Amino acid sequence: MTVRPRIKTDRPYFHLEEMVLNMGPQHPSMHGVLRLVLRLNGELVIDVDPALGYLHRGFEKLAENRTYYQYLSMLSRCDYLSGIFMEWAYVRAVEDLMEIEVPERAEYLRVIAGELNRIASHQISIGDFLLNLGTWTPFFWTFRDREDILDLLEMLTGQRMMYNYMRVGGVKEDLPDGFESACRSFLRTFPKMVDQYEQLVTDNEIFLTRTLGIGVYEPDEAVDYGLTGPNLRGSGVAWDLRKAEGYSVYPKLDFEVPVGRHGDCYDRYKCRIEEFRQSVRIIEQALDGLPGGPVNVKTPPMLRPPAGEIYRAVESPRGEWGNYLVSNGGLRPYRLKLRDPSYVAISTLPRILPGNNIADVIAIAGSLDPIMGAVDR
Amino acid sequence: MAEIIELIVRFIVALVIALAVIHVSGLVFPFLLRRLWGFMGDRLGPNRVGPQGIFQPIADGIKLFTKEDITPARSNRWLFLLAPAIAFTTPMLVQVVIPFSESYTIADLNIGLLYLVAIGAFAVLGMLVGGWASNNKYSLVGGLRAAAQMISYEIPLLLTIIVVALLAGSLSLDSVVAAQEGVWFILVQPMSFLVFIIAGVAELNRTPFDLPEAESELVSGYMTEYSGMRFAFFYGLIEWGNVTVWALTASTLFLGGWRGPFISGPAWLVIKVCIFAFLIIWFFSTFPRLQVDQLMTFAWKILIPLSLVNLTVTAFFIVLMPDNYLWPIAIFSWVIMIAFVLLMPIVVKRLLLKKRLYTRLTDYGPWVISRTASMRSQYYRGNSKQTSD
Repeated sequence: MTVRPRIKTDRPYFHLEEMVLNMGPQHPSMHGVLRLVLRLNGELVIDVDPALGYLHRGFEKLAENRTYYQYLSMLSRCDYLSGIFMEWAYVRAVEDLMEIEVPERAEYLRVIAGELNRIASHQISIGDFLLNLGTWTPFFWTFRDREDILDLLEMLTGQRMMYNYMRVGGVKEDLPDGFESACRSFLRTFPKMVDQYEQLVTDNEIFLTRTLGIGVYEPDEAVDYGLTGPNLRGSGVAWDLRKAEGYSVYPKLDFEVPVGRHGDCYDRYKCRIEEFRQSVRIIEQALDGLPGGPVNVKTPPMLRPPAGEIYRAVESPRGEWGNYLVSNGGLRPYRLKLRDPSYVAISTLPRILPGNNIADVIAIAGSLDPIMGAVDR
Repeated sequence: MAEIIELIVRFIVALVIALAVIHVSGLVFPFLLRRLWGFMGDRLGPNRVGPQGIFQPIADGIKLFTKEDITPARSNRWLFLLAPAIAFTTPMLVQVVIPFSESYTIADLNIGLLYLVAIGAFAVLGMLVGGWASNNKYSLVGGLRAAAQMISYEIPLLLTIIVVALLAGSLSLDSVVAAQEGVWFILVQPMSFLVFIIAGVAELNRTPFDLPEAESELVSGYMTEYSGMRFAFFYGLIEWGNVTVWALTASTLFLGGWRGPFISGPAWLVIKVCIFAFLIIWFFSTFPRLQVDQLMTFAWKILIPLSLVNLTVTAFFIVLMPDNYLWPIAIFSWVIMIAFVLLMPIVVKRLLLKKRLYTRLTDYGPWVISRTASMRSQYYRGNSKQTSD
């Protein structure tokens, strides 16, 4: 955890009694089981202590006791809203360690699945954020449209949330019949839905008062903290692994990285809204340019990567999701370290929250979009 | 003797009607809220119990009635149990002065408007007591928010009520309705009506001013610890009872009360109340929630000056031209209402965008500034090139 500054007791401004408020782990807007121990002066937050670990399942240790394929099916439980990316980073690490060449069609399918999942994840994020601000309808609208994506992903992978779609050397199976037309019809209607969300809230004065200039991260500060994803891009740093590292077939696809300017809640919200549109563009291009060929290469049933270490990351909806994999040449990973962007975002809360009031705590925490399944791992 | 019996009978009739109004609104409006809210969110809402789910409120009522009535272990027991009863008095007592039809007013007090304001201010007591007695921090914060908010919004509400009293020339609500025989006061004083709606929504703690029970911040605010029938009291009867009596008041003050074309009497009142309830439901599913400081700013810096200006000008016209004051007041009021509605979003947006360029640190005490400044120097290593303009 970060350095937590202590408040001096001789405050000249307010002479009120302080109150310690346990916000969470069971709280309507704590995105799972985040617990914030807030010290309040009236409504003003003077100190925050995030208490983590309520959803700890020992993901890193479990990797050491399972073969590579056994562990793959668990990974989407980690950040349960963007399971594709968990699997993707892991198979990338294993593939690069074993030097397996992935067929191009498989990479395209990964991109399609990943971007669909990114839209679904951002929908939860936007809907929850707006619900935290007290508006109900966008929450239901985003969930309505997310349902369409979950149907598409179910066609593609067989599961609505816990996908287990990636394989070392490709993906599980080829596109099912009817997927492409269903996906294209979704891509046609979805941008209109995004416009609907925006019409409802983006220009609403109450929404603006709640988000403009709230929870500001300066660009340098955001970089120093290690924020990634929309949280970093909201501060104006155009860092996106899809562009910066250019993994998979992203270099062949034409898309933009939306960047904010002020680093406040509003910019982070706008970045996510804009990423909806960019994801739609990516999926359209991927469907257009989908090459033929196999979707998988033959790998041995028991993977034995050579001894070595490797770090591979993907740009998940929440930022850089990284896997540091150490292999000793055995059937099981020797050590697996998961780098989770939500954990980084949570660790900045003691810096960003003091000086705001309770309502802003909810807004800022919501705009950072942490997923406790991944934070606690 | 006969007089006493008549008095008792009148009292019982009035009590039954007042209770019926609250209970019917407590049953119907939460159900309507859930259905309409469902439609606005592209859902169906509850539609399982009975045709179109119309028996849902009864099923809910039975469920809540049979639930265990829990008193938290370390709460102030008697106050905790008393709070719903205290809060229940407001919607009951307000109905005393409301004219339901030409012939039925429980008591046509000659200080009806004053009574209305006094009883309306009483509503906060139940929430404050409930929030404090629960011995729960969310409840306490909710109760305190309710107190601060309702005291602030009482003032613009009062100022608009004075305007109505000036126009009607009386404090009795029967006279107010009688004065609207020619033209409804909403047409004469739309600005007052707007302020009355805004302040009323804030008084009722409904979205976008639902801070005392902000479910995403304070779980359920002052009613967090209540369960079973006491929760039903707070959530269904008192809240929606308050909405109903507020709508009755608004209809009486601005929409001609029980008057209306074609039919006359309570039917029009029911229609008007339903319109106001729909407005509340519409707000609920559309707007985000304001923050405490913004809420106070809005009341003290915008609503109160506006209604003061409105009141002063109205009084000025009434004194200046006692024979024919409706037209000038109407023109003035329409102009400032349209200006308010058109300019408010633009001004708010400009101010916000301006404020966004600075950090929020100056809003708070010097200790926060100094501390955060030291933290900044600790974490933020100067010379940023791409900061905002």
